[in-house]
Amino acid sequence: MCGIVGLFLKNDDLQPRLGAMLTDMLVTMTDRGPDSAGIAIYGTPGAAVKITVQAADPAADFDGLEAALGAELGAPVGVRVVDTHAVLAVPPEHAEAAQDWLEARGLRLMGSGTAMEIYKEVGLPRDVAARFGLRDMGGTHGIGHTRMATESAVTTLGAHPFSTGADQCLVHNGSLSNHNDMRRRLARKGVVTRTENDTEVGAAYISSKLAEGATLGEALEGTLQDLDGFFTFVAGTRTGFGVVRDPIACKPAVMAETADYVAFASEYRAFADLPGIDAARVWEPEPARVYIWERAA
Amino acid sequence: MTVLDMAQMRLREVNATLQAAAKARGNDGFEVINPRGSHAVAVGLDGPLSVTVRGSTGYYCAGMNKAATVTVAGSAGPGVAENMMSGMVVVEGDASQYAGATGRGGMLVVRGNAASRCGISMKGIDIVVQGNIGHMSAFMAQKGNLVVLGDAGDALGDSLYEARLFVRGCVASLGTDCVEKEMRAEHLDLLSGLLAKAGVDADPASFRRYGSARKLYHFDIDNAAAY
Repeated sequence: MCGIVGLFLKNDDLQPRLGAMLTDMLVTMTDRGPDSAGIAIYGTPGAAVKITVQAADPAADFDGLEAALGAELGAPVGVRVVDTHAVLAVPPEHAEAAQDWLEARGLRLMGSGTAMEIYKEVGLPRDVAARFGLRDMGGTHGIGHTRMATESAVTTLGAHPFSTGADQCLVHNGSLSNHNDMRRRLARKGVVTRTENDTEVGAAYISSKLAEGATLGEALEGTLQDLDGFFTFVAGTRTGFGVVRDPIACKPAVMAETADYVAFASEYRAFADLPGIDAARVWEPEPARVYIWERAA
Repeated sequence: MTVLDMAQMRLREVNATLQAAAKARGNDGFEVINPRGSHAVAVGLDGPLSVTVRGSTGYYCAGMNKAATVTVAGSAGPGVAENMMSGMVVVEGDASQYAGATGRGGMLVVRGNAASRCGISMKGIDIVVQGNIGHMSAFMAQKGNLVVLGDAGDALGDSLYEARLFVRGCVASLGTDCVEKEMRAEHLDLLSGLLAKAGVDADPASFRRYGSARKLYHFDIDNAAAY
C-alpha cells in the first residue's frame, strides 16, 4: 500500500498555494504510507538547470560545495540548501558534468531539470513536509507519494518520486513483477538505474521512451504492454501530468477536475480540503486508460 | 432526525451511536455530516435505522449492514455495503471497486457508476446499478441479482454460480462459464420487482439476462478448456 497525490493547476492564481494544497493531501495519505514521503514540484522553467541532491551528512557534505562545484565547472553556480537536500543551479551546458561530479562526491541525485525539484526522505509525511518547508513552495504542478515499502529497503533512494530524466518523475502504488528483466533490457540500451527498486525501472522505462521521441501519453501506453504487475502511476514532465492504471486496477485511484485544477489521489479523503471540491467532477480513472494534461510550454 | 458531525465526533463515536440506535430498534433517523471520505462509516448496523451520509465516503461504508437503510449522498469508496445481510444501501453518486462484495441479502442501489468487481462473490444480495459497471463484476457470484442499466466491463460473471445478471447496455465480454440466457416471464417479473424496489424507471424487456453455463461446478475433463 502507498499513497499518491497530485495537482496540476489550470488557474495560475493558485500557483503560490500549490505546496500548501499538496502538503495537506500528502499528510492525509499518511496511513497509506508512513515509511517515507516525497514530492516533485514543478515551477516556471528557468535558464539554469536545477540539480537536487541529498546528503547523508548535510552540514559536512554541503560545506564549501558552491565554491568547489564552481571551480570544477569554471562557471558560476547557485546552491540552496534545504535540510538534507541542496538545489544547485548550473548553466545547462555544464549540467551533465555537474551531476557526475556531485555523484562522485557521494551525494545522492534526486532529480534535475529547469523546472522540477524533488524532495524525499524517510519518515512520516508530516515531518518530511515540515523539514523541507513544502507548504511554502509554489509551482505549476506537483506529485507526492507516501510509501509503505514492499519491493526495496526504506531509504531515501527508495522513496518516491523517482526521476530518471530531466524534469521527469514517476510515483507508483503497486509492485512490478518484471522489473529485473526490464532493468537488464534498459541497461543494454544504456539506460542507468541507481537502485534495486521496481518503480525506478518504471520511471527509466518511461524516460527511455521519451528519449526515443514518444509523447508522455505514448510512453504511458507502453507501460501497459511492457510492464507486468500492479500499478497506478502518476508521471510528471516539465509541462505534462499523466495517469495510468494497470488493466486489473486493484490499486485505488480517484481524480477531480475543476476549472482551476486537476487533482489525483489514492483516496477521496485527500481531496476534502481542496477549493471547490464539492462542485468538482470526481471520477475513478478507468483501468488501462491513459490520462494526460499538458500546459503550454 | 439526529445529526452526527464527523468534524466534531470521532468515527468510533459516530459508529457506536448508530449501532446502539440500531440495536434499540427505534427506527430512528440519523444524518452524518462531514464524512470527508472517512473509512468504515455506518458499518455493522444491526437493526432498523435510517442513516443519510451527506458527502463522499472512503473504504467500506455501510459494511455488514443488517436491516438498516443507509443512503450516501455522495460517492462511495471501495467495498461499499460489503457483506450486507439485509436492509438497503443507496449510493447517490458513484461506487468504487467491489461494491456489494460477498453480500448475503438486502439491496444495494448505485445511482451512478460502479467500478470493477461489483458484486464479486455475491451470495444473495440484490444490486442495482443505474450507470455502468467495471471489469470482473459478479466474479464467482453465487446467489442474488445484479441489475445494470448501463454497460458492463470485461469478463462479466466469470466463474459464475447461480446469481442472475441483467444488463441493459453493452457487455464488453463475458467471463468463463457465463452465457446469455433466455429472458422468460418469471425473469421479467423478478426484474420488474427489483427495479421498482430500487426506485428506477426502466422497461424490464429492454434488458438481457446472463447466467452460469454450469460447466465449472465439478471438474470434468471434457470441459478442461473452459478452466
